[in-house]
Amino acid sequence: MSGDPSALQLVLTGDPVLFAIVRLSLLVSLTAVLLATLIGVPAGAALALTRFRGREAVIVVLNAAMGLPPVVVGLAVFLLLSRSGPLGSFGLLFTPTAMVIAQTVLVTPILAALARQTIEDYWVEYREELAAMDIGPAGRIATLVWDARFSLVTALLAGFGRAAAEVGAIIVVGGNIEGFTRTMTTAIALETSKGDLPLAVGLGIVLLAIVVAINALAWGARRAGERLAG
Amino acid sequence: MRAPASDLPLTFADAKVRAGQTTILDVDLTFNAGPPTLLIGPNGSGKTTLLRAAMGLIPVDAGRVTWGGRDAAPPERRAIVFQRPVMLRRSAAGNLRYALAAADIPRAQHAARVAELLALVGLEPLAARPARRLSGGEQQRLALARALARNPDLLFLDEPTASLDPAATKQIEDIVAAVAARGVKVVMSTHDLGQARRLAGEIILMHRGRIIERATAQDFFAAPKTKEAHRFIAGELLV
Repeated sequence: MSGDPSALQLVLTGDPVLFAIVRLSLLVSLTAVLLATLIGVPAGAALALTRFRGREAVIVVLNAAMGLPPVVVGLAVFLLLSRSGPLGSFGLLFTPTAMVIAQTVLVTPILAALARQTIEDYWVEYREELAAMDIGPAGRIATLVWDARFSLVTALLAGFGRAAAEVGAIIVVGGNIEGFTRTMTTAIALETSKGDLPLAVGLGIVLLAIVVAINALAWGARRAGERLAG
Repeated sequence: MRAPASDLPLTFADAKVRAGQTTILDVDLTFNAGPPTLLIGPNGSGKTTLLRAAMGLIPVDAGRVTWGGRDAAPPERRAIVFQRPVMLRRSAAGNLRYALAAADIPRAQHAARVAELLALVGLEPLAARPARRLSGGEQQRLALARALARNPDLLFLDEPTASLDPAATKQIEDIVAAVAARGVKVVMSTHDLGQARRLAGEIILMHRGRIIERATAQDFFAAPKTKEAHRFIAGELLV
């Protein structure tokens, strides 16, 4: 375990390279979770409240999409953004934006599927009461999302966990370019394969610490919110 | 803003509601302004179905329901308290603000109306308490206040005291009497004959989706006309 002391040193001294990698990782994953929330939660709510032919099939596909293989998503986004692809002219491949897009694709089904389930449970309970108050479709979705907000925090955390932990999608579309698209997970993969363990272990420690810290923060916020709002 | 048109009279013209092959409601009646109407009858007699159709929450399969002569009027001038009302995940005052906003009442009036409604149901000290943490009786009173937020002409109450103790029941009955005295037409279902005696201006006895007898409370209890009413008042089971 000769690598451990220097890994710890890197963490404790706030090594600038390490710091830049951590910063980019958080920026990419948190942005992806934010975008996925804005797309997935209203979509899941709409699916919870509507009835149409093929709805069950949509739910099955959506639930299955929670397990999309990151490498496959990376490949699809790669094809989309590559120079000869439909969005090639934007020149986004191997940029942090491409990584955000790929992670958004990965996380959106998780948020949509979990939000659909949560909000449907609330809908069963609220349905008549909201109808009696003459609340329209948009108002229903807003009310249900708001009232389910504490349960939806868990969905958000699941989405963040997925984004922060994955390496397959961002390494394909980001390219793991040092100082530009290198994140904690891609760096760990690279450094490990190079046999340079101190940075890999340091990044691993930081990654775990961040995931735990964010979950603790969200849990605290949820508990405080529940105390105030019931 | 709300239309000034009233939802009264509420008329069921040969209205039928079916569940599969079974007719669960088959009534022809009109509600006008006046003292409270109490719906009594055994479980499954159609009381709740009548209230839900009167609210416009379920369509009738035959006949018509009209409010102030209009079909399918938006439920602006009527409100309902369900047997087990759902408290929204907000404070007691937040639930009332929500109902006021839903009724398009201008935001500038909300604070005054919330205070007035909380005072009416005696929940001022609990304004900031999460509604889901209130006791059963407090939740029922809040549900009443929430229903009254839209200034209804017609207030439907579906066994609002079914799961409450006598003290909480008394509080609800006092509020209902006060609301009725202000000119709101109350239509309320109950299993409690004592409650029907205390509150009713008139009684409607239902059985198997039909109206068996409709009379002023005085006449109904003093001289019931049907054998079902005799038996029901005597405490026998109508099956």
